[in-house]
Amino acid sequence: MAEITYREALKAGLREEMARDKTVFLMGEDIGLNWGGAFKVTKGLAEEFGEDRVRDTPISENTIAGAAVGAAITGLRPVAEIMFGDLITLAMDQVCNQAAKMRYMFGGQTSVPLVIRTVFGGGKNIASHHSQSLESWFMHTPGLKIAVPAFAYDVKGLIKTAIRDPDPVMFFEHKLVYDKKEEVPDEDYTIPFGEASVKREGADVTIWGTFLMVHKALAVAEELAKEGISVEVIDPRTLVPLDKKTLIESVKKTGRLVLVTEETKTGATTAEIAAIVQEEAFDWLDAPIKRVNAPDTPVPFAPSLEEYFIPDEKRIAQAVRDIV
Amino acid sequence: MVSKKTLVELYTRTLKVRLFEEKVWDLFGQNLVPGTLHLYLGQEAVAAGITAAMKDSDWVQSTHRGHGHVIAKGADPKKALAELLGKKTGSCKGKGGSMHITEFDAGVLGATGVVASGLPIAVGAALSSQMKGTNDVVACFFGDGASNNGTFGESLNMAAIWKLPVIWVVENNFYAMGTPIKLTCPSENIAARADGYCTPNVVVDGNNALEVYEAAVEAVKRARDGDGPTLIECKTYRKRGHSRFDPAKYRPKEEAEHWLSRDPVDIIKEIAIKEGAITEKEAEKIRKKLEKEMEEAGKFAVESDYPEPEKALEDVYAEEF
Ligand SMILES: Cc1ncc(C[n+]2csc(CCOP(=O)(O)OP(=O)(O)O)c2C)c(N)n1
Ligand SMILES: [Mg+2]
Repeated sequence: MAEITYREALKAGLREEMARDKTVFLMGEDIGLNWGGAFKVTKGLAEEFGEDRVRDTPISENTIAGAAVGAAITGLRPVAEIMFGDLITLAMDQVCNQAAKMRYMFGGQTSVPLVIRTVFGGGKNIASHHSQSLESWFMHTPGLKIAVPAFAYDVKGLIKTAIRDPDPVMFFEHKLVYDKKEEVPDEDYTIPFGEASVKREGADVTIWGTFLMVHKALAVAEELAKEGISVEVIDPRTLVPLDKKTLIESVKKTGRLVLVTEETKTGATTAEIAAIVQEEAFDWLDAPIKRVNAPDTPVPFAPSLEEYFIPDEKRIAQAVRDIV
Repeated sequence: MVSKKTLVELYTRTLKVRLFEEKVWDLFGQNLVPGTLHLYLGQEAVAAGITAAMKDSDWVQSTHRGHGHVIAKGADPKKALAELLGKKTGSCKGKGGSMHITEFDAGVLGATGVVASGLPIAVGAALSSQMKGTNDVVACFFGDGASNNGTFGESLNMAAIWKLPVIWVVENNFYAMGTPIKLTCPSENIAARADGYCTPNVVVDGNNALEVYEAAVEAVKRARDGDGPTLIECKTYRKRGHSRFDPAKYRPKEEAEHWLSRDPVDIIKEIAIKEGAITEKEAEKIRKKLEKEMEEAGKFAVESDYPEPEKALEDVYAEEF
């Protein structure tokens, strides 16, 4: 057990799976010897496992994803990296029409055990093509599983589950959590999909959120505790399958819910969660469900603009105060 | 020259695809085929010639015009016809239909409704073969129209840099729906594009199963030897329209007459007879046998049940949650 970063924990998970199973291999742009991935997640793995299994590709997103599909249905377990989440737009056919639907439209003849890793989120002043949070698009595509780890412990356990899963997994990371540190066991462990993590227990209000927003929610909870407001913080860890039970139980306990993600508001995952809660726990709600999201605009560049765009602790705290 | 046995095989395969498609057309006429259809009629020699050069463990990647590829690769006509009729006994349990007709166990990676989406998948399957050292090859079929899509460039490039065991099979039937290829491709041959990806390429008469086969044998050898991909452009022609109700009026009369007078089944039969591989009588015997097989397959498909409606909820994931 050592305190390591999210990036290191993720790499450890990849390394362990590659050592365990020869059919696991990585492919993507600049993930190999010269660069080690745009966010350095795979740094050192090409040296360790060879360039065959840590394979640099041309800038061909649709064929990276499609080749992962072809490899997956013929017995390998590819982990493809798309350098930025925004660029998954170039691979949407292979992800949403092929990987997601093959098991179904071929009547169960095929399994597509692939993982596509990519990274979402703003905060680095790299503007509209390198900062988006697009997870809800994939939540709207049956056949895909979606992991959204926000902590070092979770990312290691979840990447291992993702690689072993027989279905296609979209494995979403966040730029500003790569450096967050946490105690992570050295040994092999997996985290089942569909199990949320209650990051902080509380009695007055539930905050459900993803990625960096979970970290912000925890800071808010700490602050509000001083005012006597007890906040429970839930990180779903996977969006598909979604742990509804933990969320509904929490709402039944607190009676209040604030949903926080970095996505633009309309059609975000938070909209779906709000709908689920009103369907399944309407009678337990003591106040309207609050959503804290980015505004419905592209992600802006200038620091002053981007800071305004990304939900901050103040807005989250305000949303809580509005309903308690 | 190829062996007599091979000529008989080429004739049989070409005819089998033809008779399958005629059965489909017959069932379609009886209003038993829901949705749309992209018939392979007229292009039989391409699938027959390519697959005859392959092993059972090799793969083919199909298209929206996929019946021929699937049958030529060895899929069960019963399950294939049942699939087209939307029956529970279909190879995809009635969930795919014409555009997704697939029999994985026969070595078909899948048919796809998205034009040009098969090329990246073929790259991955070939990568699998290379990394696992199985020595299997992948034949990836696609149309002239598909060669205008971005995946064409991405995938030809990736297969070439990694020397993957792929055979790119362009079925140039001169039209993408109603759009003539001469309006959308600056060169006479699509094959010329492969030069830019350092991929050996050849143009053959796609209505002549023997010509297709000979090109395929060479391409398969190159792939198995680890020398990388080949592109084979097969010039061919649809016997009918693009899909269900298209009368294909946009095709010039002379052009259509020229191509339709060159029937792929007649061409390979003539060659086989001329080479002494088969007699007219033997050829007729093979036809009778295949007709019977298709008759029985049709009966099986028609008599099979439709899936229970709730089956629509199954097969989304490996396990329900
Ligand atoms: C990406 C995509 N664009 C458009 C279509 C609609 N469409 C279906 S078949 C077809 C023509 C394809 O032409 P070609 O590749 O030459 O194949 P052919 O039909 O001639 O066999 C089109 C445009 C589609 N299915 N997929
Ligand atoms: Mg065409």
